[in-house]
Amino acid sequence: MITQSAAAMSDALAKGEVTSTELTQAHLDRIGDVDSAVKAFLHVDAEGALAQAARVDADRSSGKKLHPLAGIPLALKDVLTQDGIPTTAGSKILQGWKPQYDSTVVSKIKDAGIVILGKTNMDEFAMGSSTENSAYGPTFNPWDLARTPGGSSGGSAAAVSAYEAPLAIGSDTGGSIRQPAALTGIVGVRPTYGAVSRYGLIAYSSSLDQAGPFGRTVLDTALLHDVMAGHDPKDATSINGTFPDVVAAARKCDVKGMKIGVIKQLQGEGYQSGVQARFDESLQVLASLGAQIVEVDCPSFEYALAAYYLIAPSECSSNLARFDAMRYGLRVGDSDGASAESVMNATRNAGFGHEVKRRIILGTYALSSGYYDAYYGSAQKIRTLIIQDYAKAFAQADVLVSPTAPTTAFKIGEKSDDPIAMYLGDVATIPVNLAGICGMSLPAGLADEDNLPVGFQIMAPAMEDARLYQVGSALEAALVSQWGGHLISKAPALGGSK
Amino acid sequence: MAISYDEVVAKYDPVLGLEVHVELNTHSKMFCSCSTTFGGEPNTQTCPVCLALPGALPVVNATAIESTIKIGLALNCSIAPYSRFARKNYFYPDMPKNFQISQYDEPICFDGFVDVEIDTDEGPRQFRIEVERVHMEEDTGKSLHVGGATGRIHGADYSLLDYNRAGIPLVEIVTKIVPGTGKYAPEVARAYVAELRDVLRGLGVSDVKMEQGSLRCDANVSLKPMGSEVLGTRSETKNVNSLRSVERAIRGEMIRHAELLDAGQKVKQETRHFQEDTGLTRSGRSKEQAEDYRYFPEPDLVPVAPDAAWIQELRAALPERPSLRRKRLKEEWNVPDKEMSAMVNADVLDIVEATVLLGSDPTKARSWWLGEISRIANDQEVAVTELSITPEDVAEIVALVNKGELTDKLARQVVEGVIAGEGSPAEVVAKRGIKVVNDDGALMAAIEKVCADQPDTAQKVRDGHIPAAGALIGAVMKETKGQADAARVRELLLGHLGQ
Repeated sequence: MITQSAAAMSDALAKGEVTSTELTQAHLDRIGDVDSAVKAFLHVDAEGALAQAARVDADRSSGKKLHPLAGIPLALKDVLTQDGIPTTAGSKILQGWKPQYDSTVVSKIKDAGIVILGKTNMDEFAMGSSTENSAYGPTFNPWDLARTPGGSSGGSAAAVSAYEAPLAIGSDTGGSIRQPAALTGIVGVRPTYGAVSRYGLIAYSSSLDQAGPFGRTVLDTALLHDVMAGHDPKDATSINGTFPDVVAAARKCDVKGMKIGVIKQLQGEGYQSGVQARFDESLQVLASLGAQIVEVDCPSFEYALAAYYLIAPSECSSNLARFDAMRYGLRVGDSDGASAESVMNATRNAGFGHEVKRRIILGTYALSSGYYDAYYGSAQKIRTLIIQDYAKAFAQADVLVSPTAPTTAFKIGEKSDDPIAMYLGDVATIPVNLAGICGMSLPAGLADEDNLPVGFQIMAPAMEDARLYQVGSALEAALVSQWGGHLISKAPALGGSK
Repeated sequence: MAISYDEVVAKYDPVLGLEVHVELNTHSKMFCSCSTTFGGEPNTQTCPVCLALPGALPVVNATAIESTIKIGLALNCSIAPYSRFARKNYFYPDMPKNFQISQYDEPICFDGFVDVEIDTDEGPRQFRIEVERVHMEEDTGKSLHVGGATGRIHGADYSLLDYNRAGIPLVEIVTKIVPGTGKYAPEVARAYVAELRDVLRGLGVSDVKMEQGSLRCDANVSLKPMGSEVLGTRSETKNVNSLRSVERAIRGEMIRHAELLDAGQKVKQETRHFQEDTGLTRSGRSKEQAEDYRYFPEPDLVPVAPDAAWIQELRAALPERPSLRRKRLKEEWNVPDKEMSAMVNADVLDIVEATVLLGSDPTKARSWWLGEISRIANDQEVAVTELSITPEDVAEIVALVNKGELTDKLARQVVEGVIAGEGSPAEVVAKRGIKVVNDDGALMAAIEKVCADQPDTAQKVRDGHIPAAGALIGAVMKETKGQADAARVRELLLGHLGQ
């Protein structure tokens, strides 16, 4: 049962073939079996999950109308607050903190009757691309436990990939949903900025952060996306408008007559050969389905990484200032006679990891008087140029595509000492965040050289998230029929019961 | 090294700069829906947003924006069609996010002015104070430092934090530098703050209570030698909590600067704290190394882009400017300057105007509110407006006196009764059985009794010593329980004694 899609589980629940309690228990058992190896979860809330499952079962037997995802288990990235459940954002500085409120995303998934299994591991404050920056140790890629699942939402991606949950929620500031989806052979979507409320999403970089769904199929991902999106008066940057019907788009599976733009700057040199090969084949598949492939030029993308590593650290240097030991979380050095300032210093020094400190220092420097224009100011100009590049490209194509990441999953520790190499892994995903548009990664096959999953990225204009699902579902259907099943079914068994 | 104020202003030319912080009286905070009521139990008016819990986000209070635009319009400012909030980053325990959401290079209102008039040796003179900007920000929480001698953080045993105030909407009104006020600098500053207070009160956007901190003034002062074009080093005085303190603080700083300059020393650029008891300032944080607040546009908020038509609506609905209104009322009521200031200072102008509009004579309305009613308010330690007596009541009492149904003395009893909650003036008159004794027969009986009781005094009056009659009139009034018309008593008494 746990290897089914969420949509199939939903059907089984509706037909009474299985109860939510059984389904939830099966996933809790799977977590018990494999999570000591995968380490996707930081906190498993078995009691809360079973209680929610029992409520949904009771509602179902009383004939109440339920959401299609009611009773389906889900893994939640530890960056979203859930009332009464430990929330750390992967940081020691929040060890033991229990939020007093639900994030808007959590309220929405609770209202839909979705069962939250627990909180998943992540790079500290979502800063990283491998989940190695978690203060609680790395998560391991279910395809090869010696490798990272990507990051920062590595825990959520690994949980879905290892059948510990059919659905998960991550957050994507520079690729943190799409890249781990690519590296673990599943589907991940970063929705349009402002489509999903950020209220209760612990901020890394406010102008770039966006929560989004993971699933093993395009349709599952759309079903969850649909629950998460919508206007929220508690988030001033939330879009107040008509949201696209992503579920209908995911059922369309049709790209006839669509124009698909290949971004010249996001392929070729620097991309692993197996990654490039699967990407090229996917393009041929789309062409064979009746899409028209065009090449587009986005010259400013060359500067995207540099702009990102000024804007995100600048915002984070301010966003993370609130972790000061005064009101919640870790407190260090609070001995007799210690001043508030010395307690703040000692706590921040002990509570933040290296990468977080690196970015706080970078951002503090970039915002300093005398440097602001050269760093933060220039980065904002590049951001404008990237938005203009996208506007021109979308005038020529309905969606744009690229490999999601230049490589397949890398080994644990391989890039830990080389932040620039680690940052370069996000080169293809970051432009989406800078422009505030939406993007999807879906499996394109395995790279010949290492037999590891390759991600295919689709990008669409703001509030055109439905296009991602329309193109994604068509490509997925064609590839799945070629492979004779979903790519994830080719993953090596992790032991334990499937 | 003492130097007199006259010597200071003979030698130096003061330059002012005033920053006024105003707490808006919105029901909810600037970026969340918490209550703004003053004086709640510590930390009861807080939520994830104003406590800066992880994940919480600010949302702008639309009423605060409207209030700020009204203030800008009332101060003759231009309103920016597009402005942004910015983060001002610095660490302090009473600031939950460790940044303050403020406005930096894009204030919502800019380039305005306020005219104030003060009395000078050459008669009334007008000064124009140019306003550089009016912007929105949020207040911090409050720290209470326990232990130690001074209540300051240094030497304290521990500190308590109350976040009820954190996130209360603040408007900051910053002047351009104010040159050319000479020896009147302290009075001009006071008049400016007073005018601002009146404008804000007239707009109904703030309680403007300096003693509660809902209006706070930071006074920047520098001196330059007479005739010099180069600005001196300024000090910034905080903790100035009354109009009188504004004046005292500036005067004190001018003298302190002059003493330093005369002694060949430099004025330090620093924050000073005004001491209410001594009228002097104490050194605070040194500002020689300008703090780097690393301002940048607040990414959690969208720009403020008020609609031009809406601004026009707000402009059209602005109340009469307080200084113009005072001028108009002064002329309409024919009130001397001194009396006018007394009404303004006692904060009874609105209530007197309301009484006059109900038909009362302006002089009588003024004398009731400024006299007897203010006295009772003072005794009860409340504001005049907090008493239960209304302009309607006072207008009714004035009418009763005019009709001869009450004497002034009886009217005071009625006022007392109304304030004591005994009902309307008519009800108090009825309940207390108050009526004017105008029966000459009854009065004559009392007069004869009093003259018989005090034969010596009566004789003095008969002998032509008229002032002695006062004692007899008083006795008659007492005999008639104050219900007689004193003028009629006098007339009858003097006749009775052959005068």
